[in-house]
Amino acid sequence: MTDTTETKHKAGWGSKETMSKLAKRHRSEKAFRMIGLGAILIALCMLATLLVSIASKGFTAFVQTRFDIEITFSQDVIDPNNTRDLEVLRSASYGSLVRDALRKEFPEVKSRRDLRSLFGIVSKGSVKQLRQLVMEDPGLIGQTKVISLIASDDMDMFNKGYIDRNVVEADRRVKDKEVAWFDQLDNKGAVELVFNTGFFTSGDSGEPEIAGIWGAVVGSFYTLLITFVIAFPIGVMTAIYLEEFAPQNKFTDIIEVNINNLAAVPSIVFGLLGLALFLNVAHLPRSAPLVGGLTLALMTLPTIIIAARAAIRAIPDSIRQAALGLGASPQQTAFHHVLPLSMPGILTGTIIGLSQALGETAPLLMIGMVAFIVDIPGGVTDPATVLPVQVFLWADSPERAFVEKTSGAILVLLGFLVFMNALAVMLRKKFERRW
Amino acid sequence: MLAEVQTPETTKENAIIKASDVSVFYNDKQALNGVSLDIIENQITSLIGPSGCGKSTFLRCLNRMNDTVPGGRVEGKITLDGHDIYASSVDEVLLRARVGMVFQKPNPFPKSIYDNVAYGPRIHGLAKNKDDLDDIVLTSLEKAGLLKEVRDRLNATGTGLSGGQQQRLCIARALAVQPDIILMDEPCSALDPIATAKVEELIEELRENYTIIIVTHSMQQAARISQKTAFFHLGEIVEVGDTEQLFTSPSDERTQGYITGRFG
Ligand SMILES: Nc1ncnc2c1ncn2[C@@H]1O[C@H](COP(=O)(O)OP(=O)(O)OP(=O)(O)O)[C@@H](O)[C@H]1O
Ligand SMILES: [Mg+2]
Repeated sequence: MTDTTETKHKAGWGSKETMSKLAKRHRSEKAFRMIGLGAILIALCMLATLLVSIASKGFTAFVQTRFDIEITFSQDVIDPNNTRDLEVLRSASYGSLVRDALRKEFPEVKSRRDLRSLFGIVSKGSVKQLRQLVMEDPGLIGQTKVISLIASDDMDMFNKGYIDRNVVEADRRVKDKEVAWFDQLDNKGAVELVFNTGFFTSGDSGEPEIAGIWGAVVGSFYTLLITFVIAFPIGVMTAIYLEEFAPQNKFTDIIEVNINNLAAVPSIVFGLLGLALFLNVAHLPRSAPLVGGLTLALMTLPTIIIAARAAIRAIPDSIRQAALGLGASPQQTAFHHVLPLSMPGILTGTIIGLSQALGETAPLLMIGMVAFIVDIPGGVTDPATVLPVQVFLWADSPERAFVEKTSGAILVLLGFLVFMNALAVMLRKKFERRW
Repeated sequence: MLAEVQTPETTKENAIIKASDVSVFYNDKQALNGVSLDIIENQITSLIGPSGCGKSTFLRCLNRMNDTVPGGRVEGKITLDGHDIYASSVDEVLLRARVGMVFQKPNPFPKSIYDNVAYGPRIHGLAKNKDDLDDIVLTSLEKAGLLKEVRDRLNATGTGLSGGQQQRLCIARALAVQPDIILMDEPCSALDPIATAKVEELIEELRENYTIIIVTHSMQQAARISQKTAFFHLGEIVEVGDTEQLFTSPSDERTQGYITGRFG
């Protein structure tokens, strides 16, 4: 009697209750795994969509339309007195060489209006192109040579298929006459699509076809260099001091809370701070990577400190005791053991901070790094712009041709980021130790 | 030589460490309450007692490791060779070089075996040149009975060794600093019986040149290797004396109870 009542109340192994619990556990584990996989898939899909859309748009920024046109480097135009003086060569009217060549190429074009649009099919950058050729090799003067001239942005867009010839002429930026000239050149085989080295080697320009990203890359590099040089040592030292040396009291608690708060401050506020501090008080040069870097260092500092503190805290106490027990001073313990062991974690945090800084636009707008700068900065005090600001500037430009430039710039920005992360992984590998 | 050490008159005179009326507080909590103990040179002294009674705390007083514990405070007087180690003129970092420590859990640095042992001599400048350093490393490993096993892999990481090897590496590391006294906090608690036997053998050999204070939870271990034993209970020393006497005829009934396994 008692036995039967007991089996009624106690489930026991192998009973229906335990089996259903087991099945339930298996189901929930399976479901959890599916959810995890699903989350990863969704994330990957989003990343792929982003990359594909940017890459498909930006890819064409890396190539450029050129027209092969026979140029006569006339002595009379370039250097009438035969001085071969560099100053004379520099200031010669290369535009008229281009115009003469186009007139010769299309002798049927006569009216002033038509001529003006004919001269417009090559880029204004072609003048610079010819000047450079002659400056490099004055022996060209007097010769006639086929030169691959950069096409205007509209011609470039037309060639790349962004402008449709079937649209009615009134709605089309490239008019029928220009289409005819293009076709004439095309039939001759004088239209080519070449790799756009200028995009990677020159600075910004008002003409989209000759605008380049290099100025912004160099600007970003200098800015991040300053950010790193300032934020990394200060951040790591702060973290070490707070974790290894500072007494635990109200004061350090307040510091800790404030550092955590700083990490959450909107970046534009740091821009205002930079403006007030570095420009208005310290009178550092405007638009310079120095100021940008300092401002971004303020922003990156809390990230580095928090990551470094977490990394330092993760080092087991037994290591500190081992060192102290051997008669190492607290400083030796920190710098010989704790710091090297926490370096992988610190570097991860630093790279996260620097990646944020690399993509930051708002604070840099406050300190004037949004200016239109053509020259490639030669140092940290030269006016410069940075990649995200360049993206912003180009995205804001009305010309159709800047759209692909924008995507191209984003691709370069992403490339920069991947490069930085790869560097971090390498450094981390170097510091990583087996426990 | 052996007879000398064992005669009671000589041992009494050679108390290298004298702790008198030592109390330790962690914040407001008292962990040690007026402990007095003399440690005799070139002897092994074991500290036994139930968990939480303050053995590790007392050990950490002797090389001022308690200074590194936040909220820790030490009262009373501890002398080493007649000098107060808590005097303001004493550099606690140098003191820790003279009074080495081996911890409960083997804690080699995640560096090579060589670098583990060489670290102490390097920071204290004990080696004039590379050959000197090599010599110190090899003799320390030899003394710790580890050289045979690791001679051909001195550049392998110390953390890749077995638990017992790691503990002997830690002992070698402590020896390399050339201390006079070695504190050991349950050095065998993480080891299997064979590794324990090796470490015990090693400790007995070390007695010739070093003074050793060892915390242990194993009554047999204390009985096997130590000459003096102190029994701690609730932050006080209940009884201290020659090991043999303490284990065969304890004078306090709490000691009696502990060593016969009635509590602890
Ligand atoms: N860092 C610390 N902060 C606060 N209290 C501590 C600290 N270290 C030890 N104590 C306390 O001091 C008392 C003595 O601890 P201790 O570590 O010396 O004991 P023990 O005898 O070594 O014990 P066990 O045999 O378990 O290692 C315990 O009550 C412990 O809780
Ligand atoms: Mg203990």
